[in-house]
Amino acid sequence: MNDFIRIRGISKNFGDFVAVDNVDLDIARGELFSILGGSGCGKTTLLRMLAGFEIPTAGTIEIDGVDITAQPPYRRHVNMMFQSYAIFPHMSVEKNVAYGLRKEHVGRKEIAQRVDAMLELVQLRDFRERNPGQLSGGQRQRVALARALIKQPKVLLLDEPLAALDKKLRERTQFELMNIQDELGITFIVVTHDQEEAMTLSTRIAVMDRGRFQQVGTPKEIYEFPTNRFVAGFVGTINTFKGRVSAVAEDKIKVYSNETGVSMTALGKQLVEEGQQIEIAVRPEKIFVSRDKPDGDDDTCLQGIVDDLGYLGNRSLYRIRLASGKIVQVSSQNRRRSVTRFLEWEDKVWISWRPSSAVVLLD
Amino acid sequence: MPGHAVDKRDQAWRRVAVAVPYLWLLVFFLAPFAIILKISLADPVIAQPPFTPTFDEHGDLSASADNFRFLLTDKLYAVTYLRSLFMAATATVLCLILGFPMAYGIARSNPATRSLLLLLIVLPFWISFLLRVYAWMGLMNNYGVINNLLIWLGAIDQPIQLLYTDFAVFVGLAYSYLPFMILPLYATLERMDLDLVEAAQDLGASRTRAFWDVTWPLARPGVIAGCLLVFIPAMGEYVIPYLLGGPESLLIGRVLFDEFFVNRDWPLASAVAIVLLLLLVVPIVILQRNQAKDQGDAA
Repeated sequence: MNDFIRIRGISKNFGDFVAVDNVDLDIARGELFSILGGSGCGKTTLLRMLAGFEIPTAGTIEIDGVDITAQPPYRRHVNMMFQSYAIFPHMSVEKNVAYGLRKEHVGRKEIAQRVDAMLELVQLRDFRERNPGQLSGGQRQRVALARALIKQPKVLLLDEPLAALDKKLRERTQFELMNIQDELGITFIVVTHDQEEAMTLSTRIAVMDRGRFQQVGTPKEIYEFPTNRFVAGFVGTINTFKGRVSAVAEDKIKVYSNETGVSMTALGKQLVEEGQQIEIAVRPEKIFVSRDKPDGDDDTCLQGIVDDLGYLGNRSLYRIRLASGKIVQVSSQNRRRSVTRFLEWEDKVWISWRPSSAVVLLD
Repeated sequence: MPGHAVDKRDQAWRRVAVAVPYLWLLVFFLAPFAIILKISLADPVIAQPPFTPTFDEHGDLSASADNFRFLLTDKLYAVTYLRSLFMAATATVLCLILGFPMAYGIARSNPATRSLLLLLIVLPFWISFLLRVYAWMGLMNNYGVINNLLIWLGAIDQPIQLLYTDFAVFVGLAYSYLPFMILPLYATLERMDLDLVEAAQDLGASRTRAFWDVTWPLARPGVIAGCLLVFIPAMGEYVIPYLLGGPESLLIGRVLFDEFFVNRDWPLASAVAIVLLLLLVVPIVILQRNQAKDQGDAA
């Protein structure tokens, strides 16, 4: 079930530079899969190999049981929405959308019908005669989407689909994309550098760095259970504390850190040994701030001073300085309505988190 | 108000800026054209200047279309115009066929090689045009480099007549005007978004199909500009056919020269020049109107 798209040992070298390094990936039919990473991480190269614009140095790509590794782009049942949208400037909206069908030598009548239906779907019926130069960014994006979808591809590739839109439009378009994907049931693969976009859109995310997948999982898995330092740092904000494993029990470990000056408790049957150097990571919103020392058996409690604070309306951000000089970022919901601040600069405070909030990072 | 004064001065400057090119055209194009037109309507006389004045001693207008009538009746001129059109058109097509792949290659090469290649395209301009045409004479004459090489290779045992043929004229025209084709083509191709070609392939077009569907229509402004830049000067070209062409290859540039300087028939020569101008202006106006319409559609 999970092998609609099978990528095996895919690599791509440009001279000495390894853009994609031995990647394996399975994607199920109907998934909305995101490849997330910074610029130069190899995500676009991977997408271009799926589209057929780059031939892999090694490895194979199968879609629906057919090996397409060496197929040219125009033979694949895969279509791409370009980051620039690549709308043909010398054709009307209608001709742009019809282009793919004309290349398939579909009959005139059927083309007209399918173009109508597609323009309806992306709400561009009234713009069919327009030239691309007369369209707004959001409309261009929808033309590009319609032009690719009309081919009824097995897989639709989207290269930074929302990067060219402004923030408001981006949020609306996100949900439109998800609705269309849901309606048509086509497998989407989205490449993006925007973690928020990846989180809201996708059923699963692959975080990529230096040509390799660092972690593949659902948005929740990626955020709450990052498997390494890169993923933890790339997706969202996180505090990390270097430390040494001081005790290993049945279902929890204790880690002593010079940065906190105390032993921190983390859950899980981690494959760690006593004395091993590891990192404990905690998300800012998992940390509580209080004026009085909190109680809780295994909770990690630290004392610090408010170094900086920011009021964002729905929540406040604090930077707490520990005795060691380490800065800890804390985000707390403003549940109570008040014009006076709960904390001020240089206030002495306690911060704490539960053992379940602590992520153990081995590398 | 001071702001108002500044506005007025701004506007005055704007008017001056717009006036300069118009003034230029007036002084260096329209005025000479009027003079040529005036001469073309006169009769030749052996005098200084060698044509009759537009108004005779009684102040009456003395103009006639005799020269134009003569151009129409003597078949020599019609044939020469057609030959010139044919030669210039062929040279233009040759330049396009040679220039397009070169411009495409330069536009797609990496930036460092690109500037080097562009330099190589412009490099011949550093040498006098005449010298370069003479060099082709040296290459193509019966005991020239090309014939000697072919004989040495054993491909031929008698020199082939290359120089003083239409072939030599085509070589000369294509060689001399190629940069004028390549540069505007390069300018449009370099600006073109490569994603468009990939998008066409992605949507089911083969490489060749994508070229004709996307690259070619988008390169059209460059193709038109390049063709005009080659065709117009090639049409009136005098030196290349004179040096490389055969004695029977009479082209309109040559006729013009002979009428002016050999026959000293200025009025007829002026008529020849005016007909040539009309032949060139009409297609340019049509092309430009087309292009303006295209741009109007795109906007």
